[in-house]
Amino acid sequence: MAAAELKTELLARELLGRTDYAIIGQIIGSGAKVLDLGCGDGELLAWLKREKNVQGRGVEIDSAMVQRAIARGVSVFQSDIEEALADYPDATFDYVILSQTLQETRAPLRVLREMLRVGRRAVVAFPNFGHWTVRLSHLWSGRSPRTKLFPYDWHDSPNIHFLTVVDFETLARTEGWRIERRFFLSRGRKVEVFPNLTAEVAVYELAPPREGTGTRA
Amino acid sequence: MVVETKFARFAALSLDSGSVIEPVEVAYETYGKLNASRSNAILIEHAFSGDAHAAFESAETGQPGWWDNMIGPGKAFDTDKYFVVCSNVLGGCRGTTGPSSINPATGCPYAMSFPVITIGDMVRLQKMLVDSLGIERLLTVTGGSMGGMQALAWAVAYPEAVTSVIPIASTSRHSAQQIAFNEVGRQAIMSDPDWREGDYYGRMKPARGLAVARMVGHITYMSDASMREKFGRRLRGKDGFGFDFSVDFEVESYLRYRGSQFVDRFDANSYLYITKAMDYFDLSAGYGSLGAALEPSHARYLVMSFTSDWLYPSYQSREVVRALRSRNKDVAYCELTSSYGHDAFLVDVAEETELVRGFLASTYGETG
Repeated sequence: MAAAELKTELLARELLGRTDYAIIGQIIGSGAKVLDLGCGDGELLAWLKREKNVQGRGVEIDSAMVQRAIARGVSVFQSDIEEALADYPDATFDYVILSQTLQETRAPLRVLREMLRVGRRAVVAFPNFGHWTVRLSHLWSGRSPRTKLFPYDWHDSPNIHFLTVVDFETLARTEGWRIERRFFLSRGRKVEVFPNLTAEVAVYELAPPREGTGTRA
Repeated sequence: MVVETKFARFAALSLDSGSVIEPVEVAYETYGKLNASRSNAILIEHAFSGDAHAAFESAETGQPGWWDNMIGPGKAFDTDKYFVVCSNVLGGCRGTTGPSSINPATGCPYAMSFPVITIGDMVRLQKMLVDSLGIERLLTVTGGSMGGMQALAWAVAYPEAVTSVIPIASTSRHSAQQIAFNEVGRQAIMSDPDWREGDYYGRMKPARGLAVARMVGHITYMSDASMREKFGRRLRGKDGFGFDFSVDFEVESYLRYRGSQFVDRFDANSYLYITKAMDYFDLSAGYGSLGAALEPSHARYLVMSFTSDWLYPSYQSREVVRALRSRNKDVAYCELTSSYGHDAFLVDVAEETELVRGFLASTYGETG
């Protein structure tokens, strides 16, 4: 256990303070088939390939990011997330990762359902809009919250859907998704109490509904 | 470095049409050294009017190769690291057997008695060449435009012989528009009285028809933006219109020059045969779907297209990518930004270089 924690610490530092990466690194098993949606320049995939020998694929819309990813040897294709998912047969991957991008997708529910069709597990990390700093910022200023996690002005934010830990769990219940594991993070550490208030970032490992139990139309 | 074109000769080549060409000769060049495990060989496929001289300085002409900016020490296809092979295609006129070659049965050029060929036939001949060089498995097969078609055809025909494939600005099948432009070129040649049903060897060439065909081709290789930038409405050596049908505009002068220059280096009948091979190309034919055709391939793919390429638009590359994805093949895809149109893969190579270098290094690292 100590060794695993040490590794997590190292990973967190190596990956530019992205603690969600550290957790994702913990979740993904060795040799797994992984699809990373909105993978940027392929940093996480390159790390997973090197350290966990995963068979990784990435999707990214920004051409410059795709170029950097391919140049570092990661198989990334330039595409819209939804279009990319549509092409894959069911259960192609062990894990489909969506890290800090859910709030930027146009149709988050459709993306999540597709992730759980294409992957046996979905790993979703998102910034928690219920964090106390967000609530205070809104309450005190009367303006759209601007915090460390949500640093943008309302008119130039890439975030188009804001969600909290409670929102996500409510949706998971409605959809019949099974939450295999959940991690709540704040300032690079795990937090346990009142996660909807204290978590800056939430990371969920989801499994699809058991046959016949989902509410999926 | 000066390089010489070499030749390989084979007793016979069976064609998709059922015909056989006996014997058949291939012009090819190689750069770099084949390593002891023979795992560093790269096959470069040329586009429609290319030839075996892909890089370095030709011993024959002193000219640099057609992809000299991509092949060489430290370049995308690094000849310090990889062994690079490029051959002239079947049906060509730059050393490999084609309609202008002498038919040993008659002692005369084949002309229109040359059998109609396909991209698959070109690839079959290349396989014979690659086998004869002692290469069982290619690290990569790559090319732009028609070169990309051949690269894809390799992956389908010889899945065990291909570790990776890099099709650039290419397609899995010719579209109506692509066939249409080729047909205009063919009609320009065949309506030239000097074409004489293809029997013009030793006489006047169908130079006007071939030049017009090439002029049309050149328009399709550029983009509106690149032509505007290169020529605009600038006049050629005059201050006002001539009010006649001599050359007024720079762009007219350029096209005429490229057309007449092409006549000196290309055979009109080769134009007919090679464009027909491209038009026949449909990788999915006989398989039901493109995905089914690509199913046996276990290669890694790097697919590239260019934003301003309207002759081989990005949607055609994406079709290949989607088919590969539907079979969960290892595929990377990038649409590169360029204003150079279809020619971009030959001239706008900075980003292309970065992608190829990284992709090759990781592929070679995993297998080499």
